[in-house]
Amino acid sequence: MISGNSAVMRKALLDALSLPAFILLFTMMGFGSLARGAGFGAEMAAVASLLIWGLPGQLAMVELTATGQGFIAIVFACSLANARFLPMVVSFVPAMSRGRSTRAGMLLDAQLLSINSWAVCLREFPHIEPEFRHRYYVTFAGSILAAAVAGTLLGYHGAVLLPAALVLGLIFVSPLFFALLLSAVPGRAERFSMLLGCVTIPVAHYLFPSVDLLITGMVGGSLGFALGKFWKAGDAD
Amino acid sequence: MPTESLWLIVLGCAAATFIWRALGVVVVKRIDAHGAFFQLITCVSYAMVAGLVFRMIIMPESELAAVSLTTRIIAVAIAFAAYYLFRRRLVAGVLAGGLSLSVMVAWTG
Repeated sequence: MISGNSAVMRKALLDALSLPAFILLFTMMGFGSLARGAGFGAEMAAVASLLIWGLPGQLAMVELTATGQGFIAIVFACSLANARFLPMVVSFVPAMSRGRSTRAGMLLDAQLLSINSWAVCLREFPHIEPEFRHRYYVTFAGSILAAAVAGTLLGYHGAVLLPAALVLGLIFVSPLFFALLLSAVPGRAERFSMLLGCVTIPVAHYLFPSVDLLITGMVGGSLGFALGKFWKAGDAD
Repeated sequence: MPTESLWLIVLGCAAATFIWRALGVVVVKRIDAHGAFFQLITCVSYAMVAGLVFRMIIMPESELAAVSLTTRIIAVAIAFAAYYLFRRRLVAGVLAGGLSLSVMVAWTG
């Protein structure tokens, strides 16, 4: 068990720098260059990474703006693409076991959340004393957010020109990271849900592309939850 | 498009994303963290995140769409092999998978 403010902050920084900060740097470089192509200013792209802080929604915003959609359509599409934050916040906050917290504090924590922090923190929290988890989270999330904003600006200004094959490898790093991280998630219901999510997404994407993730979450998640319960009941017999 | 409307889009999108986060805070204040509903929501988030990752690998809309599905799947297999070979080190898996994809793309050009 890790405890102590400086030990926890050191661990958070090292964990962020071991991979996630670089992944965010590279992925947001991609976003930065797309945002430029769509006509956004550099500071707008940076603020988008800082305040939207959810790549699928940011990409929806840039793509729909580039194709000349209206304000409502763009904002709506971005919102739908980022709807996963609702269940993510709900499943994350109790795991952080932050004792007393004001509503404003909780909203700020929710604003800092991203898939990276969610997946990494849920994995690391069991090794950290409960009273230090919030500090770990804020340090980790803050570092990768800084990397993301830096990446957005670097990508916007086309600071780094790399061979196309290498760029593709770098883009691929992000999904690989999550696939490996998620493969180690314990819990039967969670594993069933992930498996069913993978089965549902192609169908949902084909039928309802704009709400495919929402459908995937609801179908895969509730079936996985039910299967987990069913299995546990079977074990008890 | 004029600068003001682009700013409006950025801030509108930020607000529209924040709504989900704020709703999450509202819900979490009202539920029992050890109850069945909490477990259900946790399962929903895992299904969504797994679906998102699956979509990024199998049905990408990014530049990765130009890379063949076979190449992407081989790279994932290499990543998992390296991950387990190096005692579950994420860095090993990610590096092996990313690099092998780059090499295969460069090779088949």
